[in-house]
Amino acid sequence: MHGSKISIWFFIGVLLVSYGVLITAYGIFEVATGQLADVALKELHAPLWWGATLLVLGLFYLIKFRPGKA
Amino acid sequence: MLGLVPSAFAASHLPALLALSAEPLAHLRPLDIAVIVIYFAMVIWIGFYLKGQSNTSEEFFMAGREMTAWIAGLSFVSANLGSLELMGWAGSAYQYGILATHWYWVGAIPAMVFLGLVMMPFYYVSKTHSVPGYLDLRYGRGASSVAAVSFAVEMILMSGVNMFAMAVVMKVVLGWDITFSIFVSSIAVALYVGLGGLRSAIFNEVLQFVLIWGGALLVPILGLVQAGGVDGLKKQIMHNMQTMTGGVAGDSYFHMWRDLGSFSANPMGVHWSGIVLGLGFVISFGYWTTDFLVVQRVLAAHNLRAARMAPIIASFFKMATPFIVILPGLLGLVLLQNGDGSRRELVGEDVVAACSMNSAGQVASVSVCQSAMAKSSLSAEAQKKVLAGGPDAELHSYNQALPLMMVRYLGPGLLGLGITALIAGFMSGMAGNVSAFSTVWTYDIYKALINKKGSDSHYVLVGRLSILIGVAISIGAAYLVMHAHGIMDYVQALFSIFIAPLLAAILLGMFWTRATKLAGFIGLLTGIVFSASLFMWVKLTPAALATVALSPDAKPMAENVFRALWAFLFSAVLIVLISLVTKPRPVAELDGLVYGATKLPKEDPVPWFKSEYTWALIVVVLFAALNIIFW
Repeated sequence: MHGSKISIWFFIGVLLVSYGVLITAYGIFEVATGQLADVALKELHAPLWWGATLLVLGLFYLIKFRPGKA
Repeated sequence: MLGLVPSAFAASHLPALLALSAEPLAHLRPLDIAVIVIYFAMVIWIGFYLKGQSNTSEEFFMAGREMTAWIAGLSFVSANLGSLELMGWAGSAYQYGILATHWYWVGAIPAMVFLGLVMMPFYYVSKTHSVPGYLDLRYGRGASSVAAVSFAVEMILMSGVNMFAMAVVMKVVLGWDITFSIFVSSIAVALYVGLGGLRSAIFNEVLQFVLIWGGALLVPILGLVQAGGVDGLKKQIMHNMQTMTGGVAGDSYFHMWRDLGSFSANPMGVHWSGIVLGLGFVISFGYWTTDFLVVQRVLAAHNLRAARMAPIIASFFKMATPFIVILPGLLGLVLLQNGDGSRRELVGEDVVAACSMNSAGQVASVSVCQSAMAKSSLSAEAQKKVLAGGPDAELHSYNQALPLMMVRYLGPGLLGLGITALIAGFMSGMAGNVSAFSTVWTYDIYKALINKKGSDSHYVLVGRLSILIGVAISIGAAYLVMHAHGIMDYVQALFSIFIAPLLAAILLGMFWTRATKLAGFIGLLTGIVFSASLFMWVKLTPAALATVALSPDAKPMAENVFRALWAFLFSAVLIVLISLVTKPRPVAELDGLVYGATKLPKEDPVPWFKSEYTWALIVVVLFAALNIIFW
C-alpha cells in the first residue's frame, strides 16, 4: 500500500503467525497426548495441518512485507 | 451488505430468539478466547497505528486515495461479505439448494465487471468522494440531498442492525450477554474507525476477508471428506429428499437454471425473469455500482487502472465465496446429526420460536408448536421428537447451519478462529456503515448544507465526531430493534426500496447527456416512494405478491426481485419523460460526468496480462462456465 510504512499484509502476517503458532501447538499437544477434542473427523488432526498452513502463510506475509523492505 | 441478505434471515424473528432458554451451541475454551482477544487487540493496534496517517480529509475519508488494486478489491468484496450474509446464505442453501448461488454469480459478477470497466472512469475522473457527490455534480443539490439523507439513515440503521444481529448470534451460539456484545463491538469499531478513518476500515476489511477464509474454509473441506466428495453429497441429499415434505424434485437442489421456467418447479418459488432482470440487473447493478459503502472502497484506489481492476479482482473472490457459504449449507443437509445419530433437521426461525422449550426441557406451548411444525418441512419423526421433549427435542434454525457445522468440526483454537471470523464479519459491517455514514454526513449534508466554509481540519474533526455519534445512534437502533419486533424487516427493506430508483438515476445520468436536473431529482424521489408503496402493499396484503411477481405461485423471495424491477422501470421512464420536456445542461458542462461528453484519460499501455480487459474476459468466461456446469 502506497505511502504507508507498514503494509496491511504485514499486519495480516502477524495475525496468521500468532494463530498458526497457537493452533499448531495445540495440534501437537493432541497428537502427543492422544487427548483429541470431541469433534467429527478428529482423527485427521486438523489443528496440526491447518495451524501449520496458517503459520506458513503468515510467515510468508511477515517476511515479504516487513517494514523497511525495499 | 445487509440489503442482499436472504429473507430466510427475516430478522423480525431474531428478537424472539432472545426469549429462548436454549443452551449455547458452542463452549469456548481458553485457546478460543485467546484467538478472539488477539483479533480485538490487532484491530485496535491498527487503528492507533493509522491515526498518524488520517489527519487530512482526503486521508480520513478517502484513505488518501492510495489503495492498490488488490487492497481496494479485497475490501470491496469484503465490505459485502458480512456475517449475516455468511450465515443467512448458508441457511438459504440448506433450504433452497444451489439456487442461493445466484446471489453470488449472476447477482454480482456482471455488475462488478460493468462497474470496473464502464462506470469507474466517471466516478474516478469526476473526483467525487461519494455517490451522492456524483449526483450533486450531475443533477444538483436536490437529487444529491435525497440520496445523502437516504444513505445516511440507511447506513446508521444498518450498522445498528449488524450490531444487534451479532449480539443475538453470540448469545445463541456462545451464550454471551447481549449488552456485553453490543458494547464491546461498538467500542472497538468506534476506536479503530474514529482513529484511522477509511484507511482503518479498509485494513480491517482485508483482515476480515483473510480471517473468514482462514476460519470458515476448513468446514467445507472436512465436510466434503466426510460426505464422500461432491458425488457422495449429492447422493445423500437425494436420499434425504425422499423423506422430506414438499413437491419439488429432489435434484432441483443441484440445478441453478433448469427449473426456473416455472415458479412452482423450484424450491425458491422464483422465475428466471426475476433472477435475470430483477436480481441480475436491477438489484445487482443497483447495489454493486451505486451503493456508497462498496463504491467508496474503489474510489480510494491510487489511480484509474487500479480503480478499474479492483472490482475485477473482487469478482474472482466473489465467485469463489459459495465454496465457504453455500457448500456448508448443503453439507449441513446430510451431516448435521442429533445426539442419537439421527439427522438433525433445521427449520425457520418462526418454527424455532413457536417450539421454544421451558426450563423442564418440554415445549412451552404444544398447540402453537404443532401448528408451526405442520407448515414446515420437518419430518413426522422429527416432529414427534420435539413434542416428546428430551435432549434432541430442541429445534435449530436454518441460520444456524454454519455455526452448527463449525461446532461439529472445529476443536479448540479452530472454533475460536471460526467465531472470530463471524465477529470480524459483523464488526466490519458496522465499521463500513459507520465510515460511509461519516463521509456522507460530513461532505454531503454538513459541508453541503450547513457549513460550507470550514477548514480541512474542521471537517476531519466533524468526521471523527460523526463516527462517535454514528456508533451511539447504532447502539440506539440495536436496542430499538431488540424491543420492536419486525422493525428489522423494514430496515432491511430500506436498502432494496432505495437502490432501484438510484440505479435508474445514475445509469441515465452517466450515459445520457439529455437527462436533466429536475428529472433526476423527481425520478429518484418518486421512485423511492413508489418502491416503498409496493413494499407496504405486499406487507399489508400478502396476496398482492401474486400481482407484483405476476404469478400466483410466487413465493416471498420473488418479492424483492420483482419490486426492484418495477421501481427501476418506473423511475427510468419518469426520468426520460421529464427530461424530454425540460432544458438539459450544455454538453460542455458534463465533461467528466457523462459518457460521450467526457475525454477519458489515456492510460499507459501495459502487457496483456496486466490489462483489466484481459482479466475481465477471464472472469466472464469463468462465470459462463460455472453457470453451464451447474445448469
